[in-house]
Amino acid sequence: MTVIEAENISKRYIIDHINGNAKGNTLREIVTDNIKNLFTKKETNQVSHEDFWALKDVSFNINQGDRVGIIGSNGAGKSTLLKVLSRITEPTEGKITIKGRVASLLEVGTGFHPELSGRENIFLNGAVLGMKRQDIKKQFDAIVDFAGVEKFLDTPVKRYSSGMYVRLGFAISAHLEPEILIVDEVLAVGDADFQRKCLGKMKDASTSGRTILFVSHNLTAVQGLCNKAMFMQKGQLMEMGETNQVLATYLSHVQKTALESWWDTPEEAPGNDKVRLKSIKLVPSYLDNQKHLDVRTPFKIKIEFWNMMENANLNISLHLNSLTGECIFNIGTESRAFDKGVIYAECEVPADFLNDGSYSISFMVVKDTASAIYNFEESLIFEIEDYREGTAWYGKWPGYVRPKINFPITQLELESIS
Amino acid sequence: MHETVIESGRSEKYYWQDLWRFKELLFILAIRDITVKYKQTFVGVAWAIFRPVLTVAVFVFAFDKVAKIENKSEIPLQIIIFTGVIFWNFFAMSFQQVSNSITGNANLVSKVYFPRLLMPLSSVAVPLLDFLVGFVVMIPFLIYMGYTPTFNILFVPFFLVLAFFSAFSLGVIFASLNVQFRDFQQIAPLIVQYGFFVCPIAYPIATIQELSWYPIYQWINPLAGIIEGFRWCLIPNYQYFQWDTIIPSVIFVTITTILSVIFFRKKENSFVDYI
Repeated sequence: MTVIEAENISKRYIIDHINGNAKGNTLREIVTDNIKNLFTKKETNQVSHEDFWALKDVSFNINQGDRVGIIGSNGAGKSTLLKVLSRITEPTEGKITIKGRVASLLEVGTGFHPELSGRENIFLNGAVLGMKRQDIKKQFDAIVDFAGVEKFLDTPVKRYSSGMYVRLGFAISAHLEPEILIVDEVLAVGDADFQRKCLGKMKDASTSGRTILFVSHNLTAVQGLCNKAMFMQKGQLMEMGETNQVLATYLSHVQKTALESWWDTPEEAPGNDKVRLKSIKLVPSYLDNQKHLDVRTPFKIKIEFWNMMENANLNISLHLNSLTGECIFNIGTESRAFDKGVIYAECEVPADFLNDGSYSISFMVVKDTASAIYNFEESLIFEIEDYREGTAWYGKWPGYVRPKINFPITQLELESIS
Repeated sequence: MHETVIESGRSEKYYWQDLWRFKELLFILAIRDITVKYKQTFVGVAWAIFRPVLTVAVFVFAFDKVAKIENKSEIPLQIIIFTGVIFWNFFAMSFQQVSNSITGNANLVSKVYFPRLLMPLSSVAVPLLDFLVGFVVMIPFLIYMGYTPTFNILFVPFFLVLAFFSAFSLGVIFASLNVQFRDFQQIAPLIVQYGFFVCPIAYPIATIQELSWYPIYQWINPLAGIIEGFRWCLIPNYQYFQWDTIIPSVIFVTITTILSVIFFRKKENSFVDYI
């Protein structure tokens, strides 16, 4: 059964410009502009309206029990879509039909008042999210238990640790029991243990027939929780379908395919007045007739940077991250004294080490083995393709690393099993 | 099953129905405002007693003893001021609370849906509580002064409702404009400050009733009539109030309330884009 049906929804924001500058919206500017208009000819003030479409012609259907992950880079329209679905802002065009009670969780602890106690905030937040007082009373103990704040029920939440605050906020929302739950990025907060608890709770909700819409930058969470995904870009829905397929499309879109980037002069290079990046390269040592980087290919990472400091003890700390943000490994060079000039570092990643997938390289220049001079984030993004032989199984190979570790298997005894 | 249709301009149809559905939230927001106001204070709600009593004491000192205002009525100035201040505080506080109700709840506006009119409506709770506490303190004072209220006191709610809607209509317009132009946050306290002297709060209406422009004053200041009506409820044989003078006020308040709600409804969908 279709529970959410969206037909061509668009959301427009209007940005006003006068003579090319952003038009002021303060009372003073509106009044003075109008007075100016009385005395000057209209043409002199060229007011141009720039339309900004945060959403453009987005149509989709969501069935009951679906767990839909919404992914896309910043500014893709994900949050606007959630706001439209939860009726916080109206679409400019289009129509959405929703069957069932919607609870949206755009932040944890919406409407929490810092002065009020945990107990008071449970009732406040519950009511804000559309729960009846009766329901809140029924769920009260379960909420307190889930959040683990029994001892602090009568303490104002302003004295809560940020962890407790988030736990209480999520606990209330988790006990909402709406037919449709809309969740935005709430898992970005809280520790790993709590995140697992939240995901578990959301999975439970979906097995009992509830529909979940979930926005996250954490692709692992989307992969783990959602059976469907929507990939959005620049306000448009690029693809909707099975999670793995959509994730693959998304990753191929965000990819910077070049395996090297360099800058000719320090002025335009990333960095600060102490260090600037000159070049970063990934150089694969291809085997015979290999054209792509795959799991069998060893490669070198070569970094050159300008050092503008006299006689500084420097070393590089390099992070190799998966595209979902987890660090695969962190290695550092030795620390040595350098003078002004170009400094070069190189490391080799062996064959049969990384699993197939997308990775990014970030590195820090560190002074005196203690203070970071500059952190060059995601300076290179690359993809390692899959290669396998001797297996008839072609599912996604799990894990971040895929080392070739000797793993012999033998038959020890012969026994006749009748 | 509950079915919602979201479309541009659609929410109009079910607005009042939604408002009713969210009535529990109205009370919870009201209770929140009251709790928060007296949280972490030592004497708590007793502040609602101290504030008007101290105000009255200071004004009696300033107007009666220092400025020596000519009291053309036979009623002691303390009573005129006490009744006036209690009533004015209710109006002024309601107006200011309503004006700030949207921007003060910005975190709710940008994160959850509910009829926005709940916010100005619920903000009457604090001024109402303060009024009731002050009112309870005032009655023994009136009796002590030899002015035991008559059955006219039963009309107090009527004037209170009138005062609330005058504050509400003005406040709701300020609240809507405040979202986009925070200038109105600066204007509201000024209105309260000047209004105190423009309205017959700290002086008896008899002082200005004989002036030639009084009939115009009566028309452009609907609040004056409401305040006099309130005094009529409490002070026996209060001769400065006639029921027919309240009619313009009632008409005025009704029209402004309707217009202000229409204005608010027009603006409310864009709150989240500006707040």
